[in-house]
Amino acid sequence: MSTDLYAVTVLGHDRPGIIAATTAGLAQLGLNIEDSTMTLLRGHFAMMLLCRGAADPSAIEGALAPLTADGDLDVAVRPVTDEPTPAAGGSAWVLTVHGGDRSGIVSEVVGQVAAAGGNITDLTTRLAGDLYLLVAELDLPVGADVAAVEGAIRAAAERVGVTATLRAAEADEL
Amino acid sequence: MSSVEGGERVAGWSEAELGVEGRVLDVVRAPAGVLSTRGADVDPASPEIVQLAADLVATMRVSPGCVGLAANQVGVGVRVFCVDVTEHPKSRTKHGTFVLCNAEIVESSRNEKAREGCMSVPDLTGDVKRASRLTVRGRLPGTGEEVTFATDAFEARALQHEIDHTDGLLFLDRVAGAHAIYPRQTYL
Repeated sequence: MSTDLYAVTVLGHDRPGIIAATTAGLAQLGLNIEDSTMTLLRGHFAMMLLCRGAADPSAIEGALAPLTADGDLDVAVRPVTDEPTPAAGGSAWVLTVHGGDRSGIVSEVVGQVAAAGGNITDLTTRLAGDLYLLVAELDLPVGADVAAVEGAIRAAAERVGVTATLRAAEADEL
Repeated sequence: MSSVEGGERVAGWSEAELGVEGRVLDVVRAPAGVLSTRGADVDPASPEIVQLAADLVATMRVSPGCVGLAANQVGVGVRVFCVDVTEHPKSRTKHGTFVLCNAEIVESSRNEKAREGCMSVPDLTGDVKRASRLTVRGRLPGTGEEVTFATDAFEARALQHEIDHTDGLLFLDRVAGAHAIYPRQTYL
């Protein structure tokens, strides 16, 4: 037994009480939820948690087994290591892409971010009718030519018939 | 005092009126309880509050990028804060450096969303919707006179953020949604 860090993912059919059941199972083992995110993707429940505590993966799987009893939820538990906190530096940006839906929009546009050495730190895409929307938070490295990155993103967006906007993610200090 | 007169009085105010030297204090970080507790109303003319007002201004001045500081943030649970948005690029109306005691919002309109950070929550930022037109009433430390004045844009945001502090609220209590909170990568 050790105080290890585990990634727990829960995916499947949405219904009330999934989070309550998941966290109760983790609490029963004394695990501490350090980070989590949950959303509905087209009505499908999707949650990831990082939790730490003195339990082994099989014990966690056992505690969460009731969630999977109906066969419409998948639960996965795996040990992970602590990742180093990203070093300060660079600059933070918000990328918005929208336009008519077609395949390849995300890969075309975010490929330009990767080519510039940028790192996407958060991303959401939504399809509403024919409108496809992508909103991403990203960091560009120190010294990046932002105008060139923006130009490459706009050109990529144009190739797939959508519009892209890159703006600084400035926080007001109060 | 009308809003216009109040604005002139506040704009003309400086910490020199307090007649005491401000001391730089340590800034308290969440989850300290003092940040989540409504402060007590104060007697703005009392010597302790006059000293606290000077201390808040002194601490704000030495903190890079700091445009406002509430008493809770230096561990004192009273309804006093200072503001100075003079140098901030998003400011329009500016009243320079001022301290308000027992401040409250009289009127507010035109909500706008922006991302905020706070010295007491150094690891996170969040998107918060706040009024960009604001009328505030409060008392000046030292003389204790009541002032009512109007402001807008960034000064309005700063005032709401500080008044929230005196009410025991952080920007975390007002974020726009579950995905409107972000880890901070760049520190001032």
